[in-house]
Amino acid sequence: MKNEEGMSRRALLTKLAILFNALVGVVLAIPVAGYLISPLVKSRNYLKWVSLGSPEDFPEGQTRLATFLNPTADSWDGATDKTACWVRNIGSGKFQVFAVNCAHLGCPVRWFPQSGLFMCPCHGGVYYADGSRAAGPPPRGLFEYPWEIQNGQLMIQAGQLPTLSTKA
Amino acid sequence: MRLLKIIAEWLDKRVKLGADLRETMEHPIPRRSASWWYIFGSAALVLFGLQVVTGILLALIYVPTAGQAWNSLQALDHSVWLGWFLRAMHGWGADFMVAVVLIHMTQVFLFGAHKYPRELTWMAGVFLLLFTLGMAFTGQVLRFDQDAYWGLGIGASIAGRVPGMGAAMVHLMLGGPIIAGATLTRFFTLHVFVLPALLGGFIGLHLLLVLKLGINDWPMPGRLVRRDTYLREYEEEIHRDGVPFVPYAIWKDMLFAAAILIAVAGCAIVFGPFGPGGFPDPTIIQASPRPDFFFLWLFALLALLPPQMETVMLLAAPVVVIGAMLLLPFIAGEGEKNWRRRPVAVLSLLIIAVSLAALTEMAQVAPWSPDMNAWSGDPIPHSELEARSPLELQGALVFQEKQCRNCHALGQVGGQRGPALDSVATRLTQDQIIRQVLQGGGNMPAYGKNLSPAEVTALVAYLETLHPSAQAPAQDASRKEAEDAAKDRPGQSP
Repeated sequence: MKNEEGMSRRALLTKLAILFNALVGVVLAIPVAGYLISPLVKSRNYLKWVSLGSPEDFPEGQTRLATFLNPTADSWDGATDKTACWVRNIGSGKFQVFAVNCAHLGCPVRWFPQSGLFMCPCHGGVYYADGSRAAGPPPRGLFEYPWEIQNGQLMIQAGQLPTLSTKA
Repeated sequence: MRLLKIIAEWLDKRVKLGADLRETMEHPIPRRSASWWYIFGSAALVLFGLQVVTGILLALIYVPTAGQAWNSLQALDHSVWLGWFLRAMHGWGADFMVAVVLIHMTQVFLFGAHKYPRELTWMAGVFLLLFTLGMAFTGQVLRFDQDAYWGLGIGASIAGRVPGMGAAMVHLMLGGPIIAGATLTRFFTLHVFVLPALLGGFIGLHLLLVLKLGINDWPMPGRLVRRDTYLREYEEEIHRDGVPFVPYAIWKDMLFAAAILIAVAGCAIVFGPFGPGGFPDPTIIQASPRPDFFFLWLFALLALLPPQMETVMLLAAPVVVIGAMLLLPFIAGEGEKNWRRRPVAVLSLLIIAVSLAALTEMAQVAPWSPDMNAWSGDPIPHSELEARSPLELQGALVFQEKQCRNCHALGQVGGQRGPALDSVATRLTQDQIIRQVLQGGGNMPAYGKNLSPAEVTALVAYLETLHPSAQAPAQDASRKEAEDAAKDRPGQSP
């Protein structure tokens, strides 16, 4: 039966059913969206202090490769939790710790002590011993980790892949 | 046979698709469209089917976790009977897929099949191209060897260049702070569930539109497409000279599809599967990551773009290119279809093709990458050491030890990042050589801080001997004058 002024009972019930479905859809979408953006929500806690060993392992005037386990290591990550970095002892108890990721697009840079250069195998980026850009496509020098000596251990604050937007 | 007929009729009474199926198979197409030039689309479809089937078969063994992916691929290659063959089919199928899709797109473009009324078909095709490239990228990530691991880092670094949202894009792409378990699983989900579903949907749309609008009529020079007359002209043509799709056209499609499958199988047997390469341990830094064949052009582009414009190009170029491809039917939706009457189309295609081919070819040599082992593995040719003084030989030692060979070749052996130095003494005077070594320039770093003055003297002395014996080394034009004036004896060199 259709009322001349309003809609029929059937039409109202159909509209209510659609509205209810929309409501349920929105309610369900919230946790699903939260699940999808969970890597972003945790991002404030990614950086932690990790030990690279004793400062005596890194003699003065040398740049050496050090490895550490990423603080967010999980049992299902396999070998990908292992992270490398270049530790340079510049004397008087001061260090520079460089990420292996080239500042151009992230390929692993190699240190050559004879010529004092870091060379990247991908697109030809080169850096000097102090990490500053020497040649090639990188837009800046090497990424550096904040470092400290705590309890006789060389500690760096690390935990995320360094890019132009994410600090080392 | 009679039994089959009974079963077919039983099914048709219940499914009720028989009449539609027959009508679709026998729908009329312009006679000239039953051509060998039109077989690439169906070849792409058949390759898609191949990839789905081989993909499912690989998924019976492959483990998409960061810890076990590489091991499961080793099992496929060495422990599972004919596992290598399945891997090879899937890998070569991917290469063929990208190639066939590009050829199909080129053919469609040259034959004007993007014009009215097939604009939506073209746009669906552009999305299909993007999804195919997406499958190619996510697929090579799933191999999860060193190339894949560092390739992911490159992808994340590009994502990190987005202004404002860079960090968020990196963490979303990686599923966390670093490349880890969560990264591989989300690429697996993209490659196995999300992209194939999108591909399936858009292929369905694409095919539906091809059926509804009819196969593109053969482009005749002088026969223009006009929105108000085209549909009627097309109807007239298929009524006047139309042939049923089955069997006039389909036998060519089927033959080429079979040939493509044989070609993929042939490559699989002769060349074998792709890798996997080195174990994806991030502390193995002696990696030289390279993308698969279909992304070599991008590898070359990223090496050759000037650093200042790189971010802008990386972010703006895809938008511009994809936008141009999508808007093409609206810019050039009418007019001539035949490529002979479309010089802009042919020229653009030639430029794009030659650029992509040149970039791909260069990327296979990758001259911009230093040869990391040249300084220790490539000795200086004997001819460049003969008849040298002790100082010059010491200079040759410095040249070798300071990794100069990583970028500079001698006797065609060594890196190609910088120019070969076999005849450097004919191009640069002694002062210029000293300046270049100490201060660098272009793509060369400055060596001033890393060489003692004695090393510089020896090195320059050696470099000064690098010229063809019949050619004198370069001399500063004013130097002779200055030396003569100093000795007060005009006309004689000291």
